[in-house]
Formats: sequence, C-alpha cells, structure tokens
Amino acid sequence: MAIEVRIPTILRTYTDGAKAVEGTGGKLAELIDDLEGNHPGIKDRLVEEKAGSVDLRRFVNVYINDEDVRFIGGLDAELSDGDQVVVLPAVAGGC
Amino acid sequence: MLTIAQETYDAIVAHAKRDHPDEACGVVAGPEGSDRPERFIPMVNAAGSPTFYEFDSSELLALYKDMDARDEEPVVIYHSHTATEAYPSRTDIGLASEPNAHYVLVSTRDSFDEEGNSDGPVEFRSYRIIDGVVTEEDITVTPTAGTPPETSQEASTT
Repeated sequence: MAIEVRIPTILRTYTDGAKAVEGTGGKLAELIDDLEGNHPGIKDRLVEEKAGSVDLRRFVNVYINDEDVRFIGGLDAELSDGDQVVVLPAVAGGC
Repeated sequence: MLTIAQETYDAIVAHAKRDHPDEACGVVAGPEGSDRPERFIPMVNAAGSPTFYEFDSSELLALYKDMDARDEEPVVIYHSHTATEAYPSRTDIGLASEPNAHYVLVSTRDSFDEEGNSDGPVEFRSYRIIDGVVTEEDITVTPTAGTPPETSQEASTT
C-alpha cells in the first residue's frame, strides 16, 4: 500500500543512497510532504515558493506512471497505491 | 580525465555542426560505474535555441528508463555553444545535476565561414561540475577499432 518514488543520483544524499523509496499521499503535494518527513530537505529540492504559492521547480521533472505531472495537474496530480513516481532533474543549460 | 573513442568524438562534433546555430545536446551512456562512454545518444534540443538547450521531458524519461534497463548511466552529457567559448555558463553550472558525468562542451563559433563551410576549428573541452564547482579535465581520444590513428586525428582537429 504505497507509492514507489525513483530518486535521481543528485538527490540520493537525502535517501542514504537509495535509488527508490516509498511514500504515501493522495496527491503529489501530499506525497512530497510524506517524503520530507522521512528524508528531510528533499522537499526544498523539488518545490519552490513563487509569489506566495508553492509549485514544482522549473527544472525538476516529476512523472506519475510515465506522465509528466505538468500535464496532469502539477502538485494536485492524483495518486493511487501502486503508482510509480519518477523524479528527474532537467538536462538543460545555456550560454 | 575523459577517455573517449574517436568515433564518438567525431559524432558529437558532427551533431554540433549540424544543429548550428542552435545548441546541440546529447548523452554518451556507459555501464554504471565504468566511466566508459560507449553508447552515443544525440537528443533533440526541445528549446530549439542558439542560447539554451533542454532535453524534451518525455524523451528524458525514455532515455533514463532505457539506461536503467541496461544498467547504464550518462557518462558524458554534451552540448554546444554556438557563439561563445566551450566553457560552462552560469546557467550550465546552476543546472548541472549529474555529479558523476563528464560535461562536454563543444564550441562551433569559429567553425563556419561566410559561405557556410563548416571546416573551421571546433573547441572540444570536458568538465566536472559538482555542487557548482567547475573543474576542467584532460581528454584522451582513443582510435576507433580498425581506424588508423593518424587519419582519425586529422579528422578530429578540423
């Protein structure tokens, strides 16, 4: 009865090196709060506060069952037990 | 130190020239922990821009799932600068998120003449970018099997 969350290399410092952890939550925002409880500091790497509201960081991609959450409600995206969540930092840059 | 096959080096340079004046980007994957860049994977620059690059979000997921299934990691992450030197920009440094990768930068700013010939020099440099700290490293280009080193060296410098 849990959601598997795949953690990218750069965030494994928060998960004692684990490539995947488990969490719970009916929405992405709740899952992230649950992760924060077990892996303090990780939330700040995923979300940021902009103009008083909290949103996913621009260069962090989160997928629920292979769907980019930006297209399915962002932090309000709904989750069910057995879903798989993947976190991937964007590969991006510019001169 | 980055050790890379001539064939892969040439493929990165060719990709950078092909996409000029937009930035080109991609990955060379290799077995996890091996530090051997073996599988060349050019990516689409979803930003389609001369000053920015970004992997498309669904292609990024497909890439990482594929590497995961093969027990690979991104050994090299490359992109081009088309009007500036082959050195990581502030944005490049801020967004670098693979502490184990070699960040390869290719500059094509001097590659093209006024007629559009792309035979001019290409800058090809490699860096580690960890916690915002950039460290340049040496590059060793190894001859591709079956290719005489002299020939391939000549091809790489122009």
